[in-house]
Amino acid sequence: MCLGIPGEIVEILNDRPDLAMVAVSGVRRAINIGLLEDETVAPGDWILIHVGFALSKIDETEAKAALDFLESIGQAYDDEIAALRESMIEQG
Amino acid sequence: MRFVDEYRDADTARALAARITALCEPGRSYKFMEVCGGHTHTIYKHGIEDYLPEAVTLVHGPGCPVCVIPMGRVDDAIHIAAQPDVIMTSFGDMMRVPGGKGSFLDAKARGADIRMVYSPLDALKIAKQNPSKRVVFMAIGFETTAPSTAMTVLRAKADGVDNFSVFCNHVTIIPAIKAILDSPDLRLDAFIGPGHVSTVIGCRPYRFIARDYGKPIVVAGFEPLDVLQSVHQILTQLAQRRCEVENQYARVVPWDGNPKALAAINEVMELRPHFEWRGLGFISQSALRVSAKYARYDAERIFQIPGGRVADPTSCQCGEVLKGVLKPWECKVFGTACTPETPIGTCMVSSEGACAAYYNFGRFSRERVKEATRQ
Repeated sequence: MCLGIPGEIVEILNDRPDLAMVAVSGVRRAINIGLLEDETVAPGDWILIHVGFALSKIDETEAKAALDFLESIGQAYDDEIAALRESMIEQG
Repeated sequence: MRFVDEYRDADTARALAARITALCEPGRSYKFMEVCGGHTHTIYKHGIEDYLPEAVTLVHGPGCPVCVIPMGRVDDAIHIAAQPDVIMTSFGDMMRVPGGKGSFLDAKARGADIRMVYSPLDALKIAKQNPSKRVVFMAIGFETTAPSTAMTVLRAKADGVDNFSVFCNHVTIIPAIKAILDSPDLRLDAFIGPGHVSTVIGCRPYRFIARDYGKPIVVAGFEPLDVLQSVHQILTQLAQRRCEVENQYARVVPWDGNPKALAAINEVMELRPHFEWRGLGFISQSALRVSAKYARYDAERIFQIPGGRVADPTSCQCGEVLKGVLKPWECKVFGTACTPETPIGTCMVSSEGACAAYYNFGRFSRERVKEATRQ
């Protein structure tokens, strides 16, 4: 829950500008980007995600380092990804 | 040592460790508290203490939101879940947290509809899909997750969803740090500041630690090198007789935090006069509740809440562990009666809890615990 997970934006949803499709460790889910402060995001950008919300934009190097680290901690990250897999945040 | 064997930047780590050792004044011992459970996880997973000189002790703090939930609040949530037509939702970490009358998992086994969700937005989705049910989200966490809960309430309002409410248990980190600084039990030299919480609140709120208590705090990232780097920065400050707020994690944490996230919290929530923390007792203005303006989304106004206090089991010493007074393995039931499978205390439940971190990474095997206990 407290883990910040890096994800790569793959699509901004035109009809819901507060949502973006994001790829996280092979899982593609809608993530809320409404908390990013005055930052425009585009496909290819990396964000740090907490419980379905992007809290900050990060660069790719940081994203890769964070992913390496998360993968190293094992179970807690696996649980987070499993939970994300079940997530059904979507339009509407 | 795991760290040397596994970590890609082992050479850098070794060099940092040497510089850390060189900064320690002969004959002086240092105690630094890592506030955040994520750091505790890193420290034990990567055996960082093996890298530090004996003079430096890392003490685990209260920054595990699951760990600080008092048993009475779990009972209150289970009480709500038992009401007619209620679907209770929360994060997976909450499921095994023991209350006085068992955990969410126990209540689920007795027939309550309790569901694990990844995000409060998932709970809102369940509410939309089940208009005849009353969907409650048990919100937990520090300022890292509070904006998500606030944004979800705003979304519920915008979408006209009236069968969704929040049982708010969000806590705030600053009063907890202050309570620890004011506690007579513990003498600390400095803090390793929480990374992700600071993404939201920024670094300014920590200035009182340097100004009023004369102690350094370095906000740190979660990788092993981040933690070592922050220890180095703290020791540098101490060696130079400085005490300041420094941001080691500036690549993610802005000095001013995330104003939009803070605005969302301030719009939907307000400070409670006081809130009970497991182990730390009642702390003034240390938690958030849904404000009157959003009363229709506040489970505490919708449902009758028993609000009873439940004393922790006498065998459990989570309180001392959360305050950093005891190391996990010094607890009487650690690894014997209390394990991640059958936790007695919250510190063994969450992967960010200090006890679970010790236990899972086998840093202290049973034999070593026995040996340590004998000494």
